[in-house]
Amino acid sequence: MSNAVETVLARHPGAKRDKLIPILQEVQTAEGYLSEASIVRIGKHLNLPASKIYGVATFYNQFRFQPKGRFHIMICRGTACHVKGSARVLDTLTRMLKVAPGQTTREGLFSLEVVACMGACALSPALAINDEFFPKVSPTKIAKLLDKCRQQDAESAAVAVANA
Amino acid sequence: MLNITINGRPAEAQPGETILEALNRASVKVPTLCHVEGLAPTGACRLCMVELEANHQLVPACSYPVAEGMAVGTRTPDVLEARRTILELLLSNHPDDCLYCLRNGNCDLQRLAKEHGIDQRLYRGKQTKIPLDMSGPALVRDPEKCILCGRCVRVCEEIQTVSAIDFVGRGCNAYIGTAFGRGLNVSSCIHCGQCVRVCPTGALVERNQVREVLRALADPNLFCVVQHAPAVSVTLAEEFGIQPGSDIDGRMVAALRSVGFKRVFDTSFTADLTIMEEGSELVHRVKTGGVLPMMTSCSPGWIKFVEQFYPEMIPNLSTCKSPQQMMGALIKSFVAEREGVEPRRIFSVSIMPCTAKKFEAGRAEMRQDHVPDVDIVLTTRELGALLRLCGVDLNAFEPEETDTPFGERSTAGKLFGATGGVMEAAIRSAHFLLTGRNLADLKIEPLRGLDGCKELTANIDGLEVKAAVVSGLGNARKLLDEVRAGTKQLHFIEVMTCPGGCINGGGQPLSTTTDAVKARMKRLYEIDGEETLRLSHENPWVTRLYAEFLGEPLGHKSHELLHTHYHQRDVVL
Ligand code: SF4
Ligand code: SF4
Ligand code: SF4
Ligand code: FES
Repeated sequence: MSNAVETVLARHPGAKRDKLIPILQEVQTAEGYLSEASIVRIGKHLNLPASKIYGVATFYNQFRFQPKGRFHIMICRGTACHVKGSARVLDTLTRMLKVAPGQTTREGLFSLEVVACMGACALSPALAINDEFFPKVSPTKIAKLLDKCRQQDAESAAVAVANA
Repeated sequence: MLNITINGRPAEAQPGETILEALNRASVKVPTLCHVEGLAPTGACRLCMVELEANHQLVPACSYPVAEGMAVGTRTPDVLEARRTILELLLSNHPDDCLYCLRNGNCDLQRLAKEHGIDQRLYRGKQTKIPLDMSGPALVRDPEKCILCGRCVRVCEEIQTVSAIDFVGRGCNAYIGTAFGRGLNVSSCIHCGQCVRVCPTGALVERNQVREVLRALADPNLFCVVQHAPAVSVTLAEEFGIQPGSDIDGRMVAALRSVGFKRVFDTSFTADLTIMEEGSELVHRVKTGGVLPMMTSCSPGWIKFVEQFYPEMIPNLSTCKSPQQMMGALIKSFVAEREGVEPRRIFSVSIMPCTAKKFEAGRAEMRQDHVPDVDIVLTTRELGALLRLCGVDLNAFEPEETDTPFGERSTAGKLFGATGGVMEAAIRSAHFLLTGRNLADLKIEPLRGLDGCKELTANIDGLEVKAAVVSGLGNARKLLDEVRAGTKQLHFIEVMTCPGGCINGGGQPLSTTTDAVKARMKRLYEIDGEETLRLSHENPWVTRLYAEFLGEPLGHKSHELLHTHYHQRDVVL
């Protein structure tokens, strides 16, 4: 079991089931997502079956069950963005990437997350890739954004090979 | 005592009880979908709404407490309207697959829709799209037919303490699933089928294998034989509308022959054999300082439960195969030899009150030279379906006897069908094994009845044998924890996976009620009271089998055919 999970659990000795959510949050912060192994390990610690933890964790949008991609895309589905067509943006993204919100593309390049409001209503519809912010996105803009990410990834891979 | 009125008529209620309990006593029916008898109410489905006349409020009868002077209406226009709307909304996310559904004609949702005269689709919602889970050896789950009543989840968690399934996701995306959405086959599910029994729809059904059996029966190259478990003959009648507690053993045997089985055997015979082997094993363990307490091994859901939750206690399990598997092994060895049929050509079916038996028959340990000891397990429900399909009228048959070489069973073996039965049979025979004399009174009252936990200290000529009997795995878990903590000293533990034992098994009729289970139990006790062969060790056919084939209990041949081993399981817990 990863040390990160053990470190989190060590902070909660003798914890009961009421500590489940904080522990899940801390593990996700440490590991980026909730792996099956982490969930089973947390279950042992809290004496809770994995099915129960999985049930609780899937109830909340904040938890993910796959590692983040190298480019983590957060798309805002708040009210203002919705009015400005964020549903279409999300639809484009899921079609292009062939993943649903909460999932990561197979090669690990992109992951998708839906957030409620990023506080950028004036610039809606908005999305963020890693920590960079993109205002007024449209389906056409998205294709370009994704291409840029792919190019960037190829370049950094080439650099890594050269350095090795 | 509280005075209330129900639909304008005075009625009595107990302080602290729910409206539903008072309604039941007064024989006034309201529909329920999420309520499970014996478990705390959740109030999830709202179908049990009744109207409080004082303020015209609609409240759920299953969870609302009665009060002095309360006046409730169960069929006011508001109540009927609310129920109808709830049903219409449930149906808006339902696949309307009745014609292609195992529950067709036997489905609570279908019945309620009919009762409420629902004749058109008022709401069209987005439909849940979740694939079937056919991975399991015993059950098939179809989340699209699920109405999220939560009964399966609660039975699995609260009665069985397995928690293989739970609500996943939220709101209109919620469904019932396993951890990480994996198949039941790799989950902690022990295949007990108790969830199937409480599911009001076709979302949870047994793996139906009637057609495979029909195909085998029609195959001239196969020699089809069948065995039937002790609890089936006192239950099958209910599949045909005959009142609970009727024993139709002989007519069932005749019916099985009429559909083409060449030999019909009674699993109660190998229950007697189990007593010989398990009793000898217990005496051996006690005398040689072996691992104690010894735990029974006839209930396959329980075996899997130990393998995954208490692997360190696997050595406590008796190495005896279950009666089904003993019979299976004997059929493909002893019977094959006697009949001069190659084991591969024998198609061995067993009729069980149990879905977990399907899993057990598929275990890798349960075969010889790659030939499974039991080919197909049908539940009591499936046998009912098979006989109906074949147009069999049970009343048309005269009772017939089972076949030799396992010609007779003792009533001790028959008692295996109810919780406490294995222990009662074992103590009867252990007494003889240890003293050479039989008990003066064979009926062991403290082991009888539907209690989930029973205990007995038997004094056999100065030797104290401490025994415990539990049914329902929640009760087993509590007992194991005490044994592990050293707070309970025992020699022998009988565990049945299903509450009450096989008479309440996961493969029994869906119409099963507590009263029906009591009636089946009573019938088993009556059989024990009426017949004369009441001791496993006095079964002459058991003696013959040892003399002609097996040698002695725990002997070489027994070890090869009648004993097995278990192993820790890597499943998602
Ligand atoms: S579960 Fe019931 S209502 Fe649904 S398709 Fe099956 S029989 Fe029809
Ligand atoms: S068969 Fe038993 S263990 Fe499996 S999900 Fe159903 S109730 Fe739980
Ligand atoms: S599977 Fe059946 S019992 Fe379980 S929640 Fe769905 S409808 Fe209810
Ligand atoms: S039975 Fe009362 S709310 Fe479901």
